Amino acid sequence: MLQLFTIRRVKKATHQTVRLLIMVAITFFGLLFITFLIGRVVPIDPVLAVVGDKASPEVYQQARLAMGLDLPVWRQFFIYMGSVLHGDLGTSVLTAKPVLQDILRVFPATLELAVIATCIGIFVGIPLGVFSAVKRGSFLDHITRVIGLLGYSLPIFWLGLLALIVFYAKLDLLPGPGRIDVFYEDIVDPVTGIMLIDCIIAREWDIFWNALAHIIMPATLLGYYSMAYLSRMTRSFMIEQLRQEYILTARVKGVAEWRVIWGHALGNCAIPLITVVALSFGTLLEGSVLTETVFAWPGLGLYLTKSLLNADMNSVLGSTIVVGTIFLGVNLFSDFLYKVLDPRAR
Amino acid sequence: MRKLLFCAFVLMCFTAQFTEAATPKDTLVMAFKIDDIISLDPAEIFEFSGAEYTANTYDRLINYDVDKVSDIYGGVAESWTTSDDGLTFVFKIRPGITFASGNTLSAEDVVFSLKRVILLNKSPAFILSQFGFTPENIDKTIVKVDDNTVKLVIDKAYAPTFLLYCLTSTVGSVVDMKEVMAHEKDGDMGYNWLKTAYAGSGPYKLKSWKPSETLILDSNTKYWGHKSELKRVIIRHITESSTQRLLLEKGDIDIARNLGPDDIKGVAGNADIKIRSRAKGAIWYLGLNQKNKYLRLPQVRQAFKYLIDYKGMEQTILNGKATVHQSFLPEGFLGASAETPFTLDVAKAKALLKEVGLEKGFTVTMDTRNNEPTTSMALAIQATLAQAGIKLEIIPGEGKQTLTKYRARTHDIYIGRWGPDYMDPHTNADTFARNPDNSDGAKANPLAWRNAWDIPEMTKKTDAALLEKDTGKRAQMYMELQREHQQVSPFVIMFQEIEIMASRANVKGFVLGPAYDSNFYQYTTK
Amino acid sequence: MSSTRRWQHWLLSDSPASPFQAAAGRTYLGLAEFLKNRLAVFGLLIIAALILIAFFAPYIAPCDPLVTNLVNRLQPLSAAHYFGTDEVGRDIFSRIVWGSRLTLYVIGLVAIIAAPVGIIIGTVSGYFGGLIDTILMRITDIFLAFPKLILALAFVAALGPGIENAVIAIAITSWPPYARIARGETITIRNGDFIKAIRLQGAGPIRIITGHIMPLCISSLIVRITLDMAGIILTAAGLGFLGLGAQPPSPEWGAMTSTGRAYIIDHWWLITMPGTAIFVVSLAFNLLGDGLREVLDPKSDN
Repeated sequence: MLQLFTIRRVKKATHQTVRLLIMVAITFFGLLFITFLIGRVVPIDPVLAVVGDKASPEVYQQARLAMGLDLPVWRQFFIYMGSVLHGDLGTSVLTAKPVLQDILRVFPATLELAVIATCIGIFVGIPLGVFSAVKRGSFLDHITRVIGLLGYSLPIFWLGLLALIVFYAKLDLLPGPGRIDVFYEDIVDPVTGIMLIDCIIAREWDIFWNALAHIIMPATLLGYYSMAYLSRMTRSFMIEQLRQEYILTARVKGVAEWRVIWGHALGNCAIPLITVVALSFGTLLEGSVLTETVFAWPGLGLYLTKSLLNADMNSVLGSTIVVGTIFLGVNLFSDFLYKVLDPRAR
Repeated sequence: MRKLLFCAFVLMCFTAQFTEAATPKDTLVMAFKIDDIISLDPAEIFEFSGAEYTANTYDRLINYDVDKVSDIYGGVAESWTTSDDGLTFVFKIRPGITFASGNTLSAEDVVFSLKRVILLNKSPAFILSQFGFTPENIDKTIVKVDDNTVKLVIDKAYAPTFLLYCLTSTVGSVVDMKEVMAHEKDGDMGYNWLKTAYAGSGPYKLKSWKPSETLILDSNTKYWGHKSELKRVIIRHITESSTQRLLLEKGDIDIARNLGPDDIKGVAGNADIKIRSRAKGAIWYLGLNQKNKYLRLPQVRQAFKYLIDYKGMEQTILNGKATVHQSFLPEGFLGASAETPFTLDVAKAKALLKEVGLEKGFTVTMDTRNNEPTTSMALAIQATLAQAGIKLEIIPGEGKQTLTKYRARTHDIYIGRWGPDYMDPHTNADTFARNPDNSDGAKANPLAWRNAWDIPEMTKKTDAALLEKDTGKRAQMYMELQREHQQVSPFVIMFQEIEIMASRANVKGFVLGPAYDSNFYQYTTK
Repeated sequence: MSSTRRWQHWLLSDSPASPFQAAAGRTYLGLAEFLKNRLAVFGLLIIAALILIAFFAPYIAPCDPLVTNLVNRLQPLSAAHYFGTDEVGRDIFSRIVWGSRLTLYVIGLVAIIAAPVGIIIGTVSGYFGGLIDTILMRITDIFLAFPKLILALAFVAALGPGIENAVIAIAITSWPPYARIARGETITIRNGDFIKAIRLQGAGPIRIITGHIMPLCISSLIVRITLDMAGIILTAAGLGFLGLGAQPPSPEWGAMTSTGRAYIIDHWWLITMPGTAIFVVSLAFNLLGDGLREVLDPKSDN
């Protein structure tokens, strides 16, 4: 009986997975289709973008043929899809390098920022949410609410600029824009691309501290937004949990209050919170576009912005595909965790 | 919460000490907009900061004196002779030059470099191909005579300095043939490699390039001339003027290259910072499309020239970054005219408009790049045109977008900045005052063509000036050409650009030349 | 009994005499609940003020927002220029006042485009189910798979910078959640008895959807859209800040912040004023949205 049940469950799981994969494939196809469409309607001569203003007509024609612009549109789409699936996102006009190579180079910087920001969000936001749910209407609860409201209402680029002026220009407490001081550029080999880890590998402690100091401001800024979101969600999840009967039961049984709150109630919030954290991670990728512009942080966001302003469509679409794919992946992963962890979802 | 604040405070105190850094003694740290670099191959480089990169990392055949452009002196070509018919040039190659790779530079490398420009046929190739060099004839026209001698045969007897000035530009850079060909793939002459790599003999060599991020150069110890004083140059791409200024004020960088007028004013009183400036060749102008029914009227064109607040713009939004200039040759060029006949004169403009029955004004559009100072200039122009009843609608756009329209001749007015390609006056005359074919399908797209200005007579005059051998006479011809152009052309030429560089007070010896390819780092000390 | 009292009594009656009285009673209770939330009322007042300012902009603004005056540039705050002047001598206060029109224009247009698209796709999908549902929801998911701002950026890149294009890009990226909500509501309603009754009377699907299902979806959509308004304002400002939204010389607040960035060190008011304006308005929408949610959706506790 038990065996039968397991087999059925495996079958069901396989069926679900296949279904999910098909869904993901369709979504991915749609993603490519949209990016391709976008690339077609740009009111900019793509050839001009490559050869520059002063090129001769022969050079122009030569580049046009090389880009396959003389083929019918549907063939261009299939060529495009084929090359994206092979990891070929085209060549960037701005950097003269394959877009994928560019993205692999800049993405670790964004990842570094987003991970630290998410950590700030989790380790500050969740406790804040728990406290304010437990002590509703208290001073701390009001603070949480204000933090949340500000997080939803303040333009991130504006807050970043103000922070830069106050902490760098006026108070001189934190270093300015960039990942490290300019003269430290290119000393540490990019093994992982994540500056802090690379410095540890290379044992360049001066640069490590320098990089750490540089990341504080942008990461705190992004982390603030993550924190605002997480604390608010945690609070409402916790309030719902604390109303449940089992909490009362536990309290009646004499379980210590901190265990009731941090163990029982928060434990039961863990599953929806994972989805929320995953979602907020995705939003951080978005927030990084503006934050990186403000802090001259050489990550994917800045790369995307620069490409946009220079009408470098291969890079724009490449970054969009990559971010879309990551977004898809993160959502898939949180779905998966949800299914694994939540007894009801089984 | 209190704990949190405390932690933040501790963290801040702890990081504070790391902000007190100064740049290393042997390194020049510079903030500079370098996002225009799309290639490091001298046969392809055509942008301002790219030109500056080649100037410091490659040797060119011929150089000009940065303080007196009319003085030409040898680079890789130690000396040269010209045949009596003006068609054959023989260059003696300087002995004892080695590339950073250790290879010796010989006539073979020179021939290879020039042929490569023609064969790759990238954007700047026309600078050489305008002398009649084609892939078919280069084996006969660009010839190695012996290890130290190169012969060039051109198609017409142009003014002799024309070729020489063209060889002072980026395409005259000599690349290391052995090194480049070692990286050749599918007959690309090493193009795909050299796009991001280095094979030269200049005072600095490339250490690394991250597009739109950093460009790092190291001293080339094998350099034959004045060896660089500082071991390393780090160039960091920073777009915002205010950020560059902050970094400079804090001492995080030694030089800020792109300060805006207001930030220059802001650092002016700072004893730790000094400011230098140098007129560059770029020119700001308005192109009035002659396909527009209003703009094609000579009176309207003339009225526009009286409706620009030249002085006002120079003193406020441009503030030292440009100077009033109204002829197509920038100051410093042979035959450049410094005459500025136009000032803001609304009454005169109104009278001109009345002559053609447009005293009530009309509406036109202007395609404007969405960057500074272009936007501010457009706004100022919009305000003064309005005084004569002309309603200017600004169509902002990204650079390539406005350019696409400009080249399709579908604009009304285009506000543009034009930089000369080499130091001979023909570079600007060719584009502003020459239009051999005004049909829509024309092969060449000079600025005169883009504004649909049909000028068979002036084209002849421009061609004649190019063939004039007597330098004094040639200068006179350009003077006359500019004077006529100033009055009749659909170009409202407004300003010549000035480069302003702000540096820490201890930085000395940075050479600011008249063009970006004559900004040199090797004498800089600090 | 005073007349107010009498009204209250009528409104709160346990046994309303007419459907109208019942509806009025419900509205009254909701309104009373809403008015108790002082922050939400505050938000509503700010939005009302914004609309008034936008409407009367020509009378409130002392200067033309577009007229430049190079002599008067970068003036600090003064009685003549309450918020100072910008880099080409325009009065910042006047620009912010006129900019309120652009803000309303953006959020209004996004709502007008995105809400109907979302509601149509959602109700059709939910009503018919099956293959149509699968296809439409797949398309919705594809749009949801992109982070909003990034997709908007890609669209703006394609359409070219400009406020209309920014609106279109934001609208394209904001309809999917509305479709989801409308679909959910439709699924709960479609098998209700009253829909069955209407169907028996011979009403076609178009009439049922437009006449009976859509109206029922609207209240939850309104809450959602109000809550989204702040996000739309911030996205539009972000696009403006990146130079991809409204273009100069239009007095859009995000673009003003972006320009002000170049003068941040010596001329703080260029960036502070428009930034504050963005903040105040999006805060107001957040407060209002929260308040509305508490009234209309008492389950959630925020």
